[in-house]
Amino acid sequence: MSGERELHRRGFLTRGLAAASTVLFAGCDDLSNQPWVKRVLDSAETLTRVSQRALLSPTALAREYSEADLSKEFRANGSTDPDDADYKAHAANGFADWKLSVAGLVEQPLDLSVAELRAMPSRTQITRHDCVEGWSCIGKWKGVQLAALLDRARLKPNTRYIVFYCADNLFATGDDKDKYYESIGLQDAYHPQTILAYEMNDQTLPIAHGAPLRLRVERQLGYKMAKYVMRVEAVDDLAKIGGGRGGFWEDLGYEWYAGI
Amino acid sequence: MSEREVIYRHSGTVRITHWINALVLLVLLMSGLQIFNAHPALYLGSKSTFDDPILAMGAMQDGDNVKGVTSVFGHVFDTDGVFGAATDSEGNVDERGFPWSVTLPGHRDLSTGRRWHFFFAWLFLFNGLAYLIWSLGSGHLRRDLAPTGSDLKHIGTSIREHARFNFPKGEEAKRYNVLQKLAYLIVALVLLPLMLLTGLAMSPGMDAAFPVLLDVLGGRQSARTIHFITASGIVIFVAIHLFMVLVSGLWNNIRSMITGRYVIKPAEEKP
Repeated sequence: MSGERELHRRGFLTRGLAAASTVLFAGCDDLSNQPWVKRVLDSAETLTRVSQRALLSPTALAREYSEADLSKEFRANGSTDPDDADYKAHAANGFADWKLSVAGLVEQPLDLSVAELRAMPSRTQITRHDCVEGWSCIGKWKGVQLAALLDRARLKPNTRYIVFYCADNLFATGDDKDKYYESIGLQDAYHPQTILAYEMNDQTLPIAHGAPLRLRVERQLGYKMAKYVMRVEAVDDLAKIGGGRGGFWEDLGYEWYAGI
Repeated sequence: MSEREVIYRHSGTVRITHWINALVLLVLLMSGLQIFNAHPALYLGSKSTFDDPILAMGAMQDGDNVKGVTSVFGHVFDTDGVFGAATDSEGNVDERGFPWSVTLPGHRDLSTGRRWHFFFAWLFLFNGLAYLIWSLGSGHLRRDLAPTGSDLKHIGTSIREHARFNFPKGEEAKRYNVLQKLAYLIVALVLLPLMLLTGLAMSPGMDAAFPVLLDVLGGRQSARTIHFITASGIVIFVAIHLFMVLVSGLWNNIRSMITGRYVIKPAEEKP
């Protein structure tokens, strides 16, 4: 009896050691591609989001800096000149006939020109832009608060996310399905520093930085702050949009909650 | 001659948290280097001054060739093949910071590196908290790690003895010596907590919740630089730690961190 148990224990130990060495020597690269490993690693994103939401009051502001802190060179990342016929035509015309569309789960869909957006109350903020790559730049942004637009369009009660559709196709695939898009939850959508900016550093927003309109979500990383925003849509679910993960980079594996 | 004596040196909590920490720090280091490689340059202050980094790795044109270089405070060093860039046998130049052999994953993949890093950062936090709370509650910190007055008085002797590879024996070997105590305290109470704080200070969400992080650490880019330097300090500690484990009785040390049992060598008889 005890001999059997001993054998059983030895078998368990051997199998355990074999399993441990497989895990060690298979290499973490292979591990990274295992669906269960991905699921386990992904659980940290939920933990981070829930913890940060608990620590972060909905109205807590990202630090605002002074004019003296402005970056001499504000790096333009991702697309810097969208290769899209419609976009190019609007850019050539100074976006005079361009209109932002606000649609989806709203009572009152809107189509607003740059002049109409500029006529609305504005917010100006000097904030730090943190790229997922690790660098930071400080810029001054002026734009219309997203909350004001959403209030004007009157969100339907089942709205959960705001999606931003953009003009740029970063990898130039020629397919409209591959264009940049982003999404945020309502807490960020209604945050006072969440604006659609039409000015940067006291100038009309340059094309490299997202003309005519770019999103600012100051408590998250740079890739959330979509440039070349053409259409804003209120939705109740992200699953059917793009790759289903809520954004261009998200569909390529980056976190939807980019607070870290 | 006194008898060979076996003592119970490390408690279960110390042994378990030690090995979890070892694994977690390895993954954090390798995935951290993957993240660093996405922008292999460091700055001071709030923002990145791209033309004036305090440290940068990259490729530089050298006649017809491209070579990997590292600049530190403006001084450029040739680190071709190691830091900055490497050229393969077919002449393809790979510009990056650290070699992909030491990153996780082992090729450019920032999003996967971030997922490994943040998952293991959570493990690091839970494991570290468990260790610190237990150390305070059980008296481990006060009894085993806090240096005594006599320890500090004899620190010079301890340094001289270590330099001669003369390690404590007999009664003396039943406790950590003063250099061990100081090294472990600095790692557990300064370097590792600093990794956590500087890591959090790089999070735009945490910066909005606790702006004091930015004030204490001198801005987000300073926090990133301190994160890198502190990680380097931990790598140096681990190198010295492994060396000391090797030269002061490899199997005895490893066994004591697995089973807890540690053999005390008898003190030499005084002539």
